[in-house]
Amino acid sequence: MLATSLFYLFSFIIIISSIGVISTKNPVYAVLFLILAFINAAILFLFLNAEFLAMLLIVVYVGAVAVLFLFVVMMLNINNEENKLKVQKYTPLTLFLVSVVFIELAFVFISDNKYLTNLTKTKNLALENNTVFIGNILYTDYALLFQLSGIILLVAMIGAIVLTLRTRDGVKKQIIRNQIDIKKSDVIQIVNVKNREGA
Amino acid sequence: MSAVFNFFGESILINHFLILSSVIFLLGIIGIFLNRKNVITILMSIELMLLGVNINFVSFSYYSNDITGQIFTFFILTVAAAEAAIGLAILVVYFRNKGSIDVKKINLLKG
Repeated sequence: MLATSLFYLFSFIIIISSIGVISTKNPVYAVLFLILAFINAAILFLFLNAEFLAMLLIVVYVGAVAVLFLFVVMMLNINNEENKLKVQKYTPLTLFLVSVVFIELAFVFISDNKYLTNLTKTKNLALENNTVFIGNILYTDYALLFQLSGIILLVAMIGAIVLTLRTRDGVKKQIIRNQIDIKKSDVIQIVNVKNREGA
Repeated sequence: MSAVFNFFGESILINHFLILSSVIFLLGIIGIFLNRKNVITILMSIELMLLGVNINFVSFSYYSNDITGQIFTFFILTVAAAEAAIGLAILVVYFRNKGSIDVKKINLLKG
């Protein structure tokens, strides 16, 4: 019963913090709730013997994405007063969609899940090192997709830099090409001044 | 139910994980629909939905004894990181030009 009760604890924390993400006024609190949800999801991944993905979730999400969100939230200086969960014109549609899926979930919960009993474990993945196992598959069967995901990250990085790069006006900057290309006639004006007539 | 063991030596039924992931996904959808003010919260709701999808993939990977679900989760994490970076960059540029990230005011394409 220990694993099940721990599962209930962590999933309860995840759901509560997800509600916090979508309902707090302050975006900083929302990011912190998001971090809490991701850490608890990583713990649940440990329950499923996915140690590598659990660590990846903490490193990538908590370490990179959530910090990126925090930086943007701090940079943008959003007005907190207006950011409130209110009844909008989309609320009935939302409640309809969500209630449909919740009713389906209730049916799943009360069913005897005879469709899921086929999922029996034939070989114990937990005995092998999860990271080694993923690496064996990822670098052989999915090598091209792995390279492609690297290209996706590269394109995202270049895109983010190009989007946010800005050249301000009025900033004095050293342009070496202009300095090298300069001619004598551009900067020196030779004036023949007659004797005793110079100003 | 299948006899699946983790380091606790006991099994958690798979429908627990499926219901949890569906609830997280639905909370993300609710966040997108009900939040009409702030684009950052919409991006965070998308992250929540991806988290629900990831939990679904990993749980099926565990219960059907197939590592492919975890590989797929790996790629989802990659694409989600790229999406977050691009989305936040667009958000910063938009805020620089408009001075606001109110969702209701992003209607330039409506003419």
